[in-house]
Amino acid sequence: MDTERSLNLRAAALSVLILVVLLGIWHVATVPAGGATAGAEADEYAKLMGKAAGTAKTDGLPTLPQMAETAARHLASPFYDNGPNDKGIGIQLAHSLARVGGGYLLAAAVAIPLGFVIGMSPLLYRALNPFIQVLKPISPLAWMPIALYTIKDSSASGIFVIFICSIWPMLINTAFGVAAVRRDWLNVARTLEVGSMRKAFEVILPAAAPTILTGMRISMGIAWLVIVAAEMLVGGTGIGYFVWNEWNNLSLTNVIFAIVLIGVVGMLLDLMFASLQKAVTWRE
Amino acid sequence: MASDAFLRVEGLAKRFPSGKGELTVFDKVDFGIAKGEFVCIIGHSGCGKTTILNVLAGLEQPSSGYVFMDGREVSGPGLERGVVFQGHALMPWLSVMGNVAFAVRSRWPQWNRAKVEAHARRFIELVGLAGAEHKKPAELSGGMKQRVGIARAFAIEPKMLLLDEPFGALDALTRGVIQDELLRIVQATHQTVFMITHDVDEAILLADRILLMSNGPNARIAEVVRNTLPRDRTRLTMHHDPQFYRIRNHLVDFLVHRSKLIQQGAADASSGASDGPLEVSPGLDADADASVPDVPAAPPVPKLIAVK
Repeated sequence: MDTERSLNLRAAALSVLILVVLLGIWHVATVPAGGATAGAEADEYAKLMGKAAGTAKTDGLPTLPQMAETAARHLASPFYDNGPNDKGIGIQLAHSLARVGGGYLLAAAVAIPLGFVIGMSPLLYRALNPFIQVLKPISPLAWMPIALYTIKDSSASGIFVIFICSIWPMLINTAFGVAAVRRDWLNVARTLEVGSMRKAFEVILPAAAPTILTGMRISMGIAWLVIVAAEMLVGGTGIGYFVWNEWNNLSLTNVIFAIVLIGVVGMLLDLMFASLQKAVTWRE
Repeated sequence: MASDAFLRVEGLAKRFPSGKGELTVFDKVDFGIAKGEFVCIIGHSGCGKTTILNVLAGLEQPSSGYVFMDGREVSGPGLERGVVFQGHALMPWLSVMGNVAFAVRSRWPQWNRAKVEAHARRFIELVGLAGAEHKKPAELSGGMKQRVGIARAFAIEPKMLLLDEPFGALDALTRGVIQDELLRIVQATHQTVFMITHDVDEAILLADRILLMSNGPNARIAEVVRNTLPRDRTRLTMHHDPQFYRIRNHLVDFLVHRSKLIQQGAADASSGASDGPLEVSPGLDADADASVPDVPAAPPVPKLIAVK
C-alpha cells in the first residue's frame, strides 16, 4: 500500500517534470528574437513588413505568455455569441458534444438490440457477417456525400456520420458478448424454466455487459475522433469548425488551444466509460 | 421393480454421427429410482454418464429411449428437477443471495421480495453459509461455491435432485465436509437423488444403490450394486464395518478390470438378448456367484447374490 502510494507520487512528479521540459522547449523555440541579437537587415525587414523590431510577434507559433493569455480569455467567457463566426469555445464544444451524443445514442439504440439478436442466432450471425465486415472498414467521412445528398442538412449529416462510425464496435461486441455467454448459465436458466425476456435481461445482458461496454467505449473514442473531421467538412458550428476557422484566420494560438481542449474532453469521455465498464464487470 | 419406480428410464441410447457411420456412446440403458432413494452412477470418462444426467434434466435429447418421472414423460428441462452442475455454474454478477433468489423467483414468481429472500436464506443457512449472503462467488472458496449450487438446487424444492460430479473439483477435506452435509440434508428432506461420481467411497457413503457403467463407446449399465451398509452410516464409522471393504473391493474391481471386459464382450455380441443389468449385493453370504465372469489375474471376486 505504501509502496503503491510512493510510486504514484513519483509518477506524478515525473509527469510534472516532463510537462516543464516540454513547455521549456516550446519557450526556447518561440521566444522572440531580442533587439540586441537581431541584425540590421532583420530590423529593416521588420520595418518593411510594418512592424517595429522588438515588439511581440503576432503570427506563427505563439509564445507561452500569448498561449496563456488566449487560454485565459477563452475560459473566462466560454459562452459568448457574436454571430456565426465568433462564438465562445463552450458553445462550440456543446455543439460537438450534442452531435456526438445524438449520433452515438442512435447507434446504441440500433446496435445493441441488433447485436443481441445476431448473437443469439447463429444463422443471422453468419448471414450478416459479410455485410458488417465490408461496411466496418469504410471511413465514416466517405459516407458524407451520400448523407448530404439524402438528408440535405449539414448538421444532421454530421450526426449520421457519427452514427455510422460508432455503430460497428458496439454491434460486433454486443453480438460477440451475447454469443459467448457460458452454456452453463443458460442451462441453469433452462432448468429453472426462466422465460425468454427474463433470460435476456437477467442472464444474457449482465453476462455480456462487460463486452458490450467495451464496444461502447471504443465507439465513443472513434466518434470523438470523427466529429472534428466531420465538422471541418460540414462547417457552421462545433469544435472541428472552430479549428478550421482559426486556421483560416491564421491564429495558431486558437488552434493549439482547441487541440488541447479536444484532448481533455476526449479523455473525460473515456474516463466516464471506464468507470461504467468497471461498474458492470464481474470477476470469477 | 422398475414399473412402479418414481423415475423410470427405458431403452435410453445416445448415438453420434462419426466418420464412417454412427458412434454409439451408450445404449439399452434401463433403470428405475424409487421415491426417496439415493442412486449414484459410476463409470469411466466417456461412458456417457453426464449425457444420461442431462437427458434426465431435459437438457439433452436421447437418440432413443424414454424417461418417465412420476408417471409423466420427461421431454424438457423443468422446475421439478433440481440440477447441481459440475462447475457450480453460479452467476458471478449476483451475490450468494442473488443466485439462490434467482432460482426461488423462478419457482414462485408471484412471491414478493421479502418472501423470496426469507425462503432463500433458509436454504443458504441449510448449507452452512449464513453470513455470506452478500458475498459474490469470486469471494468464495471452491467448496463454498458448490454449497451455493446445492442450496440453489434445493431451494426450488424439486421432486428430484440431479448432481453432476458436484465435488469433483474440491480437495479431499472440503469434499468430506460437504458430503456429510449433503447426506444430512437428503436424509432430513427424503430427497430423491441421482448423482454422478468418480469416487468409490463417496458412492458407498451416499448411495442406496450404485449403477456401474461399462466403458464407452457402446457403454451400458452392467451392474447395479445394492448398498448393504446401514442407512445411518457416517464417514467416521463407515470404514470400520467389514462390509464396507467387500463393497469397495467389488466396485474397484469393476472399475479396474471388468468395465473394460464387459465393453469388449458387448461389442462381440452386440445383438445378444439382454434382460437388463444384474442387481448384486456384494459381501452377503451366498453361493450364487456363478453369474459373474471370472477375471484372470484379478483379486478374488467377492461372493455375490443375485436378487433378481
